[in-house]
Amino acid sequence: MKKVELIDLSKSYDKQVDVISNMNVTIEPGEFFVLVGPSGCGKSTLLRMIAGLEDITSGTLKIGDVVVNNLPPSKRDLSMVFQNYALYPHLTVHQNITFGLSVKKVKKELRNLRSSEVAEMLGLTEFLHRKPRELSGGQRQRVALARAIVSEAPICLMDEPLSNLDAKLRAQMRSEIRRIQRQLGITMIYVTHDQVEAMTMGDRIMIVHEGKIQQVGKPIDIYNCPANPFVATFIGAPPMNLGSLSMEPNTARLKIEDHFILQLPIEEAMKVPNKNLMIGIRPEHIKPATIDMPENEKFHVEVTNVEILGNETVFSFQLGNNEWKAKWNGQWHIENGDSIPICLSVGSICIFDGETGELIRKPSEVGSFVIQKEVLL
Amino acid sequence: MKTSMLKKGWLYFLLTTTSLLVFFPVLYAFMISFMTGTEILQGRFLPQTFSLDNYVKVFQRLPLVNYLLNSFVVSLSVMFGQLVVCSLAAYAFVFIPFKGRDFIFFLFISTMMIPWEATMIPNFFTIQKLDWLNTYQGLSLPFFALAFGTFLLRQHFKTIPIELHEASQIAGLSRFSFFLRVILPVSKTSLVTLGAYGFLTTWNMYLWPLLITTNSSVRTVQIGLKQLQSQEMSTDWGVVMAGVIVVIVPTLLLLFIGQKQLQKGLSQGTIK
Repeated sequence: MKKVELIDLSKSYDKQVDVISNMNVTIEPGEFFVLVGPSGCGKSTLLRMIAGLEDITSGTLKIGDVVVNNLPPSKRDLSMVFQNYALYPHLTVHQNITFGLSVKKVKKELRNLRSSEVAEMLGLTEFLHRKPRELSGGQRQRVALARAIVSEAPICLMDEPLSNLDAKLRAQMRSEIRRIQRQLGITMIYVTHDQVEAMTMGDRIMIVHEGKIQQVGKPIDIYNCPANPFVATFIGAPPMNLGSLSMEPNTARLKIEDHFILQLPIEEAMKVPNKNLMIGIRPEHIKPATIDMPENEKFHVEVTNVEILGNETVFSFQLGNNEWKAKWNGQWHIENGDSIPICLSVGSICIFDGETGELIRKPSEVGSFVIQKEVLL
Repeated sequence: MKTSMLKKGWLYFLLTTTSLLVFFPVLYAFMISFMTGTEILQGRFLPQTFSLDNYVKVFQRLPLVNYLLNSFVVSLSVMFGQLVVCSLAAYAFVFIPFKGRDFIFFLFISTMMIPWEATMIPNFFTIQKLDWLNTYQGLSLPFFALAFGTFLLRQHFKTIPIELHEASQIAGLSRFSFFLRVILPVSKTSLVTLGAYGFLTTWNMYLWPLLITTNSSVRTVQIGLKQLQSQEMSTDWGVVMAGVIVVIVPTLLLLFIGQKQLQKGLSQGTIK
């Protein structure tokens, strides 16, 4: 169980444009660390740099306490699972699993023992003598996983391992990978473009965009306090609603898209600079206004689209130039074109700097969405 | 059902006639090899008696066993030589990045445009200077490097996912053992194709062995066949055809074996 340290890590192919620029992060031993970002953001390149399959242009990469910049992949003591599994087509499942061990000249009895243990763990025992092409996608995925596990390397890298599976199998493998990682306590670095995978699997996640770290942290913290508008819209479905915001310095009144007006507490208004601002609010924080609410707290919006999902209802409305979405529990029978009253709570909004995108104000209350387990006990 | 039967019958008829047409020379040679001189001159198709006289004669008149052995040695060594050289070259062209790789590859491929006959004289002088006339290496070595073979294998190697290379790098496999333990088994189909091709072309080669061999020590069967023709004033065609049949048998065998392997390999690829 080793940690992985990235110090000022950069990568460029043509010495001009950085595909990875100055990344600093420490991945703790035994941690499930997820790299997430849209396609082409450099997350796979970063993973391959850690694996040693890509050169490091500048910066330092440490595994454990050793600088590994110039070590070949095999000396870095890690295992890797590829997106297309990279199983050897001419070998049986058993041979595929033990291939790495036989390269390392592990004794045959030990090899067989470890392979059967891992096969047991992943439910592959009955397929040990089949060739990869005789297996289904999920089974191949398991073999690839088994091959990584059997090496007993302290670090395991995974490059979008679930993207070739169907939705149901993906959900199943998600929890399986998580279970195995916990069981073995290995350090896992997992690349995905799927924010659901990132949220559900990671101890910590790192959001990468255009070769730069956007935010590193626990999934829930990132969800609640996104560092910038990119993270805000990338994590969460439907994404966080964004809009322009201006504040009247004297009254601390917030004007959202010149349309809605919210009162910010005076003491907080001091911390908000008087310049171009941006507001972010999660769809579930836009709430239905009740009849007995004072009229100045209600906002009337015209519904442009409704999606009833059974347990919740998502509807859209136009605000300024943006389409906003609200998510309410239950089944709301709203028609397109209806005008409905909504309310926003000042505690649940994020305020970003309009130019740099930096988070200026965290939401103070995440509403009734955080529930401690003590409630149940 | 009726029309399909008719169609089937028609297809069978067409296939039978065309295959007979194609196979006729071999079939006729086979028949002639059992005939006596007079029977051949009468222009008959079927021999009256299937006598093996011609076969006995051909082995008496020529050191045919010796020639066959020579041909086998030369063909097999060219086959293996080509497999080794071409697969290694193709591996370098696909899996080892180096400057000017594509340019060198196209240069390599462009040699396919130079006819073999044009390079024959310089090759001959090289072999002569090395004092390799009448040797196996003189017969086989010039054919080891084959642009076509390298091209064929390169195309196949390119279909192997690069992740296999990366996975084996992580497993700690060296470049050469990756070649040996992953690339070669995965490309079995192409290797068999190239092997069969190399064997057959060498087996059927006439001009080069004619130049290189001056005595019967390493002479190959194709020269032997020619010798049968010119030994006497009037050629004993029965004996020549007996020789031809003997020479054809190994190539046919190889073709059948290779074909089975090929079909197996090809179907493996499709069910992926």
